[in-house]
Amino acid sequence: MSATAPTGSECKVQAINFSFSYAYGETKALHSLNLAIRPGSLLTIMGPTGSGKTTFLRALNRLNDRVAGTGHTGQLLLDGKDVYGQEVDVAELRRRVGMVFALPTPLPLSIYENVAYGPRKKGIRSRAKLDTIVEKALKTAVIFEEVKDRLHSSAQRLSGGQQQRLALARVLAVDPEVILLDEPTSGLDPLSTLRIEETLRQLRSDFTIVLVTHDPLQAARIKSDVAFFYLGELVEIGPATEIFTRPQDRRTEDYITGKFG
Amino acid sequence: MNAYTTSHRSKKEDRIMLALLRLSAFLAVAILVFIVGYIMVQGFPVLNLGFLLSSPTKMGREGGILPSIVGTVVLTLLSAAIATPLGVGTAIFLTEYTREGTFSKVIRFGTESLAGIPSIIFGLFGFLFFVIRLNMGWSILSGALTLASMILPTVVRTSEEAIRTVPDVYREISFALGGSRWQTVTSVVLPSALPGIVTGIILAIGRAVGETAAVIFTAGSSLRLPQSIFDPVRTLPVHFYILAREGISIENAYGTAAVLMIAVLLVNVSAYLIINRVAARRLERR
Amino acid sequence: MRNKEKLVEILLTLIGLSSVTVLGLIILFIFKEGLPAFAQVGLWQFVTGTRWSPGKNLLGILPMIAGSFVVTAGALVVGLPLGLGCAIYLSEFATAKTAAILKPTIELLAGIPSVVFGFIGLTLMVPFIRNFFGGPGFSVLASALVLGIMILPTMVSVSYDALRAVPPVYREGMLALGSTDWQAVKMVVLPAARPGILAAAILAMGRAIGETMAVIMVAGNSTIIPTSFLDPVRTLTSNIALEMGYATGLHRQALFATGVVLFVIISILNLTARVVVRGKTR
Repeated sequence: MSATAPTGSECKVQAINFSFSYAYGETKALHSLNLAIRPGSLLTIMGPTGSGKTTFLRALNRLNDRVAGTGHTGQLLLDGKDVYGQEVDVAELRRRVGMVFALPTPLPLSIYENVAYGPRKKGIRSRAKLDTIVEKALKTAVIFEEVKDRLHSSAQRLSGGQQQRLALARVLAVDPEVILLDEPTSGLDPLSTLRIEETLRQLRSDFTIVLVTHDPLQAARIKSDVAFFYLGELVEIGPATEIFTRPQDRRTEDYITGKFG
Repeated sequence: MNAYTTSHRSKKEDRIMLALLRLSAFLAVAILVFIVGYIMVQGFPVLNLGFLLSSPTKMGREGGILPSIVGTVVLTLLSAAIATPLGVGTAIFLTEYTREGTFSKVIRFGTESLAGIPSIIFGLFGFLFFVIRLNMGWSILSGALTLASMILPTVVRTSEEAIRTVPDVYREISFALGGSRWQTVTSVVLPSALPGIVTGIILAIGRAVGETAAVIFTAGSSLRLPQSIFDPVRTLPVHFYILAREGISIENAYGTAAVLMIAVLLVNVSAYLIINRVAARRLERR
Repeated sequence: MRNKEKLVEILLTLIGLSSVTVLGLIILFIFKEGLPAFAQVGLWQFVTGTRWSPGKNLLGILPMIAGSFVVTAGALVVGLPLGLGCAIYLSEFATAKTAAILKPTIELLAGIPSVVFGFIGLTLMVPFIRNFFGGPGFSVLASALVLGIMILPTMVSVSYDALRAVPPVYREGMLALGSTDWQAVKMVVLPAARPGILAAAILAMGRAIGETMAVIMVAGNSTIIPTSFLDPVRTLTSNIALEMGYATGLHRQALFATGVVLFVIISILNLTARVVVRGKTR
């Protein structure tokens, strides 16, 4: 199974000649990116700092809109529709494309309210409904057992690993189709990291997951499709087994053997 | 040898300067503490329930200060109630709804300029605009609107500072979960910034309580107990000013000043306590 | 949902304009009420006239302009060194514990209402000056002392913040070169904190020149240009507050015109201040 193959309607996410720039065109972050991601797959994007991997994630849920002076050319499609299209409701898009951030950061609310945040903003008021959603999301993110007795205490007392799984539950609660994870384990200890990776492997069939990491070892462990970004370009994409055993590009090889990054 | 060798002379200079600095610190604090202490000591004998809870007679020569206490409380709270939505709203607009540009510069310029205008000018303006033009007469409402204009910049500045300390990740998380801008403001930004905003409002109230020049021309100087916000009122500082300057009753002036001082200190201490509690909580979180 | 968002945005934009609107209204109303007096008396005549006698239609406010400047300058002479000295001590020499007590104390005292300062001046300073220096006691000196004390909290807390903002490395660098504590402060810390200290002085000056009630109580308020520190004096602000209660016609307009002059002076000061502080920071 190759990640490069799918075309047209088979793709969940597709970038066609997609370029992205900051500072009113001064800084180019992505150059003519062409990339396709199948529904129900997990793509790990690896690359050193400044490779454009985070920019790609933040374009997908349009969180880059918050920055002044950004611009893009080409297309970035979700289910065949441009996420930058005029009729797109950005809030709706962000519910379909959830995101887990690099540092585990709970909102200054209770554990329950953190998870219920998204559904509430969507307009769900019924307590029973919220209870169901919260419990399900916490269970899927494999944190329910640890927190079920203190759902209404502050989320900020949780450990880093728990906070990050809470962040995952928070995203799951809005019932997304795509989940973006921006270096989700960068602030965690090895054990918590492994648990998150394990959870992601379990989730991969039900969602389309894009995981960004600067750690080639993580990409190797996850054993998914892997894309290597370098200086705003997609250098190589393919199954982990191939990328790590027979890299086609010299830069990929240098990166995974630790010559830079 | 380098130029900063610790010579005998520079050691002597050091000692003299340190003594002078210590003296100025002592003087500054001592003078201010003395003023508070002096007013309290002089005013304390006058303070009793009768003084606090009765109306003045003979222009304030006898009787108490109940109408002024009521008037001051109502007028000050009303001015805060008017200035808060405007000030906090402006701060939200500046931080969450606009990027730095000409428009935000115009707003900042207006706010900063307003902050520099002396209170007597606010008094004149309030008199011309609220009392006469809008036909509100000398009233609690006119006074409150005038004071609200005066404390508006303080509320804007402190709210903006408080809102800017809210970590940007909170906003990103909220947006990423499909939260709209306003939802993000009301459920994430404002709750996190609340202590800072409240502190700012309390400080503004502290300033409004003691204000004289802006109030005397807009709220009037009636000694009667106000029945509604359309009635004129003589606030504590105005009453104190008239008693003291016209030499009506120095005793009652001290009493009034003591009440005023206690009120202002209570307000400021509560603001200070909030600041400290928040600071402590921030440290704890780390 | 989207409509609600749009509505909120429009509402917030309008609210955001509130302070600009108030500023505009203030300028509009004060100027509209004051300008006729300029027209009638003559702008130059009004600003440079040395006699203020509304009964005889003599409306010159030079004594009050001079009064405001003299009193403010005096206040700075009293408050600046004292306030700055206090700030330097708290920030550079006091133990953390001392600073933690004194700084909030001073800030709490910033809330003392101005009428209270005026009253202390009236009951304690004026008689003292009368007895020890002669004259009526109500004087430039009394006003300068009262205002000088009033601006202390502003002076201390703003310049303290400026001094604290100087990175400790600066001091350590000097001390490592063998300088004494005071030399480090004088040669490195003070220059680095200068924009902030300047801002403090300007804020304090603004507060002094705009103060009304406290000055009225101790200044004596006679409308002649003072020639000694023991002479009584009247400021622009006092001129307005003293006569507003009963003025009518041209007299009243002349008081609003006094307000216009005050407004213009303060605006010029604030603008200069902004330019100076900005220039120094760059």
